[in-house]
Amino acid sequence: MPSAWTVRSITRAMLPVLVVLTAIELGSGLVLDTFEGTLLRYPSLLVLVPVTIGMAGNLGSILAARLSTAFHLGLLTFDPTDDQLAGNAVATVGLAVTVFPFVGAGAWLLQWLLSEPALAFGTVVLVALTSGVALAVLAVLVTLTATYAAYHFELDPDDVVIPVVTNVCDVLGVLVLFGAVRLFV
Amino acid sequence: MTIREVSVSAYREALPVLTLSAVGGLFAGVVLGGMEEELRVIPGLLVLVPALLATRGNVYGSLGARLGSGLHQGLVEPRFSVGDRRVNAAVAAALANGILISVLAAVMAYALLSVLARSVAPLSTLVAIALIAGVLSGLLLTAAVVGVVFVGYRRGVNPDTLAGPVVTTTGDVVGIATMLFAARLVLSLGVGGA
Repeated sequence: MPSAWTVRSITRAMLPVLVVLTAIELGSGLVLDTFEGTLLRYPSLLVLVPVTIGMAGNLGSILAARLSTAFHLGLLTFDPTDDQLAGNAVATVGLAVTVFPFVGAGAWLLQWLLSEPALAFGTVVLVALTSGVALAVLAVLVTLTATYAAYHFELDPDDVVIPVVTNVCDVLGVLVLFGAVRLFV
Repeated sequence: MTIREVSVSAYREALPVLTLSAVGGLFAGVVLGGMEEELRVIPGLLVLVPALLATRGNVYGSLGARLGSGLHQGLVEPRFSVGDRRVNAAVAAALANGILISVLAAVMAYALLSVLARSVAPLSTLVAIALIAGVLSGLLLTAAVVGVVFVGYRRGVNPDTLAGPVVTTTGDVVGIATMLFAARLVLSLGVGGA
């Protein structure tokens, strides 16, 4: 894609998208504000915030990038039995199940090294794992919807899907963490 | 390929990057955990956390992608010089957008919390923190992205696979650490408090 390398043209392409994405992210900030009391009481949960947000966005963006490449190569059909679609969806859930228990354990351990943890080890791991699995499922749904919408409106999935999926998954990350905390803490 | 083959290869490809970013995210979390006091004293600061972190990823991730494409297309030379107009424009645009959007996020967060009648620190406090954090993280992440992409390219590593993980791991840590520094600076200057 030939693009002009001037401050003006880069800004014109980027700033409107950034404003919309920032508005979406402030939504997740508002959710954090709502359960700020709980987060400040249990700092192990505060430790989980950036990593949950980041992992949610990463799971979504990796899936989006892979589907977008498959789409460009003409390998993707929007059929639940499609091998690219189903295989990548299964991998996303598998990755969440693998990584999130370590994330929970790491958060508890780091908090334990730095100060007295207020929550049990099992609780923090359970919160992380539940959030992770729920997020993986949501990331698959969001990515499929966004990729299908890009395909339907004849947009290049590379330009649209990755930023949208990453930032929507960020917000979902906070919401799911909030849900898991309500459930288990 | 069967579903099983696709899922195994996707899993293997993504696991190292995800593990790396999990480690980065946990360190960012530790810094955020250490920010308890500032979050308590400056209502509205927590609202800014996701927006400022996402901005770091969006702006400097896109800088990395742009430099990577430029290197592949031969538009950019992997040399650290002050004379390259394209690199200068890309870096200037990233810094300008990153700082502008950080300040805008602070203004929008203040407006949102005021409308919802939730407690919020003065506008000047939030804007000052966003501005200082935006400038500092911008300089640090620009140096990290340009450095890693150029050095990686010269050593024969594809910048496309390098820029993403570098931005996701360093972006969160740098983003939160600069926010903490900015919050402490603003508080020590006596501007803070609700």
